[in-house]
Amino acid sequence: MAEIKINARGLQCPGPIMALFKTVKEAQSGDVVIVEATEQGFKKDCPAWCKKTGNELLSIEEVEGIITAQVKKA
Amino acid sequence: MAKKTMIVFSGDLDKAFASFIIANGAAAMGDEVTMFFTFWGINILRKAKKQQVKKDIMAKMFGAMMPRGTEKLGLSKMNFGGMGAAMMKHIMKKKNVNTLNELIESAKELGVKMVVCTMSMDVMGIQEKELIDGLEFAGVASYLAEADESNVNLFI
Repeated sequence: MAEIKINARGLQCPGPIMALFKTVKEAQSGDVVIVEATEQGFKKDCPAWCKKTGNELLSIEEVEGIITAQVKKA
Repeated sequence: MAKKTMIVFSGDLDKAFASFIIANGAAAMGDEVTMFFTFWGINILRKAKKQQVKKDIMAKMFGAMMPRGTEKLGLSKMNFGGMGAAMMKHIMKKKNVNTLNELIESAKELGVKMVVCTMSMDVMGIQEKELIDGLEFAGVASYLAEADESNVNLFI
């Protein structure tokens, strides 16, 4: 069960979601992908993406403009 | 996995951006996406370099009057003879938005199907050779068959 970090800071929509998609696609079931993004839309986009793709959103928080989300691959 | 279809009718830069951002977003959410390019939308897919093809006078005129490819598209509003489009591209670059060419490439990589309307191509005198690689060519029935199976259909 690996932890994979993605630095999506500075990427504009749909960059962070695309990076998340590609990384989760290559990850193993049970792996946790940690995404850091600065694009504001990601706060809502990430939960929506998880809901639609059936992956689990473990946590999402914003600290000083950086949104960090933890997604567990189903 | 759901299906999304969109008709790209407009050849405006801002609308082209919207189409490709939505297409990329949908593909990044695991959807099967088909974009159907018709009329002015076909101009988005023209190769930047003029191709040597045989055309009659009407087709030559059409081809010369329409924007050839992504770099020549104008804004749907406030284009100001091309200045609007240039300013838009400048701001987008500053804000780190992918260029239209990059969005088209990533759409292809993500498996987005890009289909061109053969009827419009014929009317506007555009030939396959003048368009970028990676496209399919079909008519309205093929598009409608895909749209039948999709849960979101957009006309841009």
